[in-house]
Amino acid sequence: MKFQKKTGGKPFVPTASLPDIIFLLLIFFMVTTVLKTFTGLQVSLPSAEKIEKLESQRHVSNIWLSRDGTISLDDKIVPQSEINAIGTLMYEKRVADPQLIVSLKIDKEVEMGTLTAVHEQLRRADALRINYATLFKVTN
Amino acid sequence: MLVEKRKTHKAEIPTASLADIVFLLLIFFLVTTTINVDKGIPLLLPAAGQTRSVPKGNILNILINDYGEVLLQGEPIQIPYIQNEIRRRVQENANLIVSIKTGKKTKYEIFIAVVDQLKLADFNKISIADPEA
Repeated sequence: MKFQKKTGGKPFVPTASLPDIIFLLLIFFMVTTVLKTFTGLQVSLPSAEKIEKLESQRHVSNIWLSRDGTISLDDKIVPQSEINAIGTLMYEKRVADPQLIVSLKIDKEVEMGTLTAVHEQLRRADALRINYATLFKVTN
Repeated sequence: MLVEKRKTHKAEIPTASLADIVFLLLIFFLVTTTINVDKGIPLLLPAAGQTRSVPKGNILNILINDYGEVLLQGEPIQIPYIQNEIRRRVQENANLIVSIKTGKKTKYEIFIAVVDQLKLADFNKISIADPEA
């Protein structure tokens, strides 16, 4: 039996499709990163030691409460007189996304009376998973 | 005059470095996208209208007044000492529930500091009572 002699040639890895693969990677990362879409209000958050990360970014709704009492729900300003609108709006969000977590970004100077009113609205809307946004306190 | 004949050769764009360029792009995007992770204190609010009766002995009241002074079961306490006090009381009574009651004008910062103390004591059964008028 006679074997055909292999044609001698330099072995090489085909790199022609490498840019395509990396492009795909690039596009994957661009699509999956959730960019910050809300600008919010000017708040200076309180700080705490025992803080946890929010599990997901996709199921988060933000409520801002600034020092002067302005309330903003996902970048929509809610007048103090129409605080009941929060409950209605949150209820719609909650129906659309049952895993909703409400992140409360509240200025440290805000009085508890206002916060309780917001709590009341969230309870009415059945949006019970909340998260008080805080900064990390560095302990010396 | 002699005109040199042009050599005909295939025009080609060098693509060998394309992969490197795209890698650079990828790394640039990876570095510049700041994944702003929300951090904070998670809490579960009770559902509307949901009330549970708890034996009085299992309730530990924390009162915070408008000036940020804290009373724990009627005794004044400094905020940093709450953690150890809670740990001690949980050891005595595992069914403990802490009820935090604030004044209407209590600063949110104080409230968070107290909740943080409870969380530091690995305590999660927190109830927030409506503020006193």
